Amino acid sequence: MGVSSSPNALNSSLVARAVYAAIRECASTLRPDVLEAIRASWLSSKDAGADSRQTSVLHAIIENALIAERDNVPICQDTGTVWVCLEVGEELSVPGGVFREVNDAVARAYEDGKLRMSVVRDALFDRSNTNNNTPAFCELRIVPGSGALLHVLLKGGGSDNASRVCMLSPDAGASGVAQVVINCVREKAANACPPLVVGVGVGATFDKVAGMSKHALLRPIGSPAQSDEAAAFESELLGTINACGIGPAALGGTPTALAVHLETAPCHIAALPVAVNMGCCAMRSATIDLMKADII
Amino acid sequence: MTSPIKLQLPLAHEELAHLSAGDEVLLSGNIYTMRDAGHKRCMEYLEEHGKLPFNLAGQTLFYAGPTPPAAGRPIGAVGPTTASRMDFATPALMRAGIVATIGKGKRSEEVVRACKETGAVYFAAIGGIAALLAECVHASELIAWEDLGTEALRKLEVVNFPVYVEIDTKGNDLYRNIESES
Repeated sequence: MGVSSSPNALNSSLVARAVYAAIRECASTLRPDVLEAIRASWLSSKDAGADSRQTSVLHAIIENALIAERDNVPICQDTGTVWVCLEVGEELSVPGGVFREVNDAVARAYEDGKLRMSVVRDALFDRSNTNNNTPAFCELRIVPGSGALLHVLLKGGGSDNASRVCMLSPDAGASGVAQVVINCVREKAANACPPLVVGVGVGATFDKVAGMSKHALLRPIGSPAQSDEAAAFESELLGTINACGIGPAALGGTPTALAVHLETAPCHIAALPVAVNMGCCAMRSATIDLMKADII
Repeated sequence: MTSPIKLQLPLAHEELAHLSAGDEVLLSGNIYTMRDAGHKRCMEYLEEHGKLPFNLAGQTLFYAGPTPPAAGRPIGAVGPTTASRMDFATPALMRAGIVATIGKGKRSEEVVRACKETGAVYFAAIGGIAALLAECVHASELIAWEDLGTEALRKLEVVNFPVYVEIDTKGNDLYRNIESES
């Protein structure tokens, strides 16, 4: 059960157990929708007799996923920083210490799983390794209802470094947003391990828009967009990105991106915030329904 | 496409001169992992002593920080990190004797020029396939900087490690070629 004996309180040790299990599983598992999209690209590349560099990179990504799962080896040496988002229904209460327990779970999962410790103490003043991959970067969202969802994303440094936030003038409109996305892909895709999932946030504020672009990465490839308008814009952006010819591993060809996922939001009358968060070909994330998580 | 070119490490300048941007190469022999923190230390040593530490002259650097090995294995998962973060040091390291580097992503104009000037090569490895690449690593030995954890200097013995020539000794650049074609 997702709630403890105290009525309507989220059980923080259940959250921690779910985080631990998700990290151990995600590190050596390519997200199934990403694997499926890579496989489809590989088949069409092979059938088209396309440039063998493109076909062999796609094949290597599939083979890597199989080896990782078989041998329980991480799919990427950058086992990431841990990004955790708790979406909790407003009818539940959340124990204050939940993210402290999450951090304990992260430390144990990275030690037990022999994952890479990739966090330094302070970005500017102390770049010594924390040696347990904490802190996790955590967010709490209160949503309607009585449910509780946990999102865990292991985010690589290369793809996050290839991301950006731009504050456009509202008159820049959709073409301005598209230009930000395309420029980011052209300039940075080679560093972000394509084929990519490109997360795009538009709206909110300078700080929130980056989070929206990260959330967009959680959505499974092929699942419905936020609206028909959003779906049409996503497909237009994907077409333009894949016409760039950067290709798998940036060694030429197609696809450069498997999907573009867009989230939009209200914003200030003077603003048009845009964020692009690159998701690499080793996408590792899980979404767990904590109300059904009694198996953990 | 032709079949991959097999090369034995350490790489000789004469062999490197025959490679062209876009060639697929299988490397066998020893390569050395070095990334951000290691480059900082290597540059400090070079500035103080006028030469590379640990007899690295003539060797190939691999920009990588592996995961710890499981019991009985030489290494965990290992793959390339973004090479441009090492651009600040690469021309100096090439002039001091590094003959090739392995990473992912575009390099600066200075690195392209240094490849041309010193007859060095930059190889691109595929990012996101670290379980597969680890199968090409047959032995791993800690050389120095253990306190840096994953960023320590390690000697990896690789067999048929797959890479692509990204910048050749003539200064041709595969990524820039792909960009200008699109």
